[in-house]
Amino acid sequence: MTLADLAAVNFDALPFWQGTEAGDFLIARCESCGEAHHYPRAICPFCRSEAIRFVPASGKGVIYSLAVTRIPEKPLRVVAYVTLEEGPTIMTQIVDADDAVAIGDPVRVDFQKHPEGLTAAVFRLARDTN
Amino acid sequence: MSAAYIMGAYEHPTRKAEGISVAQLHMQSAAGALADAGLSFDDVDGYFCAGDAPGLGAMSMLEYMNLDVHHVDSTETGGSSYLIHVAHAAQAIAAGKCNVALITLAGRPRAAGMKSAKMPPSPTPDTPFEGLFAPSVVEMYGMVAARHMYEFGTTSEQLAWIKVAASQHAQHNERAMLRKVVTVDDVVNSPLVSAPLHRLDCCVVSDGGGALVVTSEAVAKSLNRPLVKVRGNGEAVKHPSAGRVDLTTSAGAISGPRAFAEAGVTPADIKYASIYDSFTITVLVALEDLGFCEKGKGGAFVADGNLISGQGKLPFNTDGGGLCNNHPSNRGGMTKVIEAVRQLRGEAHPAVQVPGCDLALAHGTGGSLATRHGSATLILERL
Ligand SMILES: [Zn+2]
Repeated sequence: MTLADLAAVNFDALPFWQGTEAGDFLIARCESCGEAHHYPRAICPFCRSEAIRFVPASGKGVIYSLAVTRIPEKPLRVVAYVTLEEGPTIMTQIVDADDAVAIGDPVRVDFQKHPEGLTAAVFRLARDTN
Repeated sequence: MSAAYIMGAYEHPTRKAEGISVAQLHMQSAAGALADAGLSFDDVDGYFCAGDAPGLGAMSMLEYMNLDVHHVDSTETGGSSYLIHVAHAAQAIAAGKCNVALITLAGRPRAAGMKSAKMPPSPTPDTPFEGLFAPSVVEMYGMVAARHMYEFGTTSEQLAWIKVAASQHAQHNERAMLRKVVTVDDVVNSPLVSAPLHRLDCCVVSDGGGALVVTSEAVAKSLNRPLVKVRGNGEAVKHPSAGRVDLTTSAGAISGPRAFAEAGVTPADIKYASIYDSFTITVLVALEDLGFCEKGKGGAFVADGNLISGQGKLPFNTDGGGLCNNHPSNRGGMTKVIEAVRQLRGEAHPAVQVPGCDLALAHGTGGSLATRHGSATLILERL
């Protein structure tokens, strides 16, 4: 099974993937308790309401943690958790990072088509713009 | 609750299982543990295994071993499953559901050619949200280490002391994969796999297995073996909490205190600790969560040989642990219990045996510390 196959049967989160495909970064927010959560569920993980709405997120965040892998002659690989302005901390990748990439760095969302079909929400360093 | 005892413990000697099936490894381990207890397959009336066993739950292994039991449990929390199995076996025995519980683990990732573990795609809701980035196990634990360093000032040198202690012990274990004693410099100068973790911060990849036999008090007292009592246990699962991620505390902060409370003892009473060591950082976080030191002080606690038997205050993983000895099937919980049993029986290598070891702790961290993981803590007592 590809990741796209798996995503296709997880109906809860389909709007998220439709969003990244269209270049929109959406976050699941509960209309009952007001809390944003990630990954998106059909039922609020905090108050258990089903009143979930996908709303545009700012795309701004801060690196919560990261692991940096250096492979000769390849771009720096940075797997990270990013804390979004809206609250949730999500797993992602920092693309086109420089060697000084660190916890606390401000980042901004971007989109990257995965070979298996889904479009990932990745982040880029935004030290000057946030 | 009526008492349960670990009466059989066996570590499969292989570290590379060419031409031996996973089922055979399980059954060889079972035979070893039963022989150690002085029991036979015919005595087994409860069976416990996790996801490393071939087939659906316990059924295929029961068929392979041709066993008829009336209690099964295939609780799965990754590498910590076997500690939970000991706890559940004790509970089942107390409830009168079985008297002789067999627990097995085995696998052959090394012979099968596994180099660096990637999370396999599985149909869970979280899969695409992590799978797109294909995080390796080292990257996952690297993120835990990076955050711990950021929040508490923990250093690579402090983490290295954990590996140094494991290697000091492994030199005495003729079956250990890595018997060479290493220094802090060796660890921090080994290649960075995924910063901040170096190659020597990682456990070995090994084949093999292990098994345990947990019995009722009546069976235990009929056997000619030292009595190792399950005095307390705790289990807990932690996950990313829908985005409220906290990488510096594990589920051990729940399982540990529950185990200590049930046993009626404190960390200061523990003479020996088996601590799950998939990576050096796994040990550091667990020691804090179990209460051996304050949160954030793990780096200072492990430094300067404090985990080395005969030298430090808390001898740990005296078989060399997953960092140096063996991490069969990429699941280190079974071997943690086995070495704790050796220590309590006085059967550890004389160079690392803790004198008068009558109270020990075994702790497992299964799954991924950076995402969803299960922690399990056992307090074991030599009567
Ligand atoms: Zn809600």
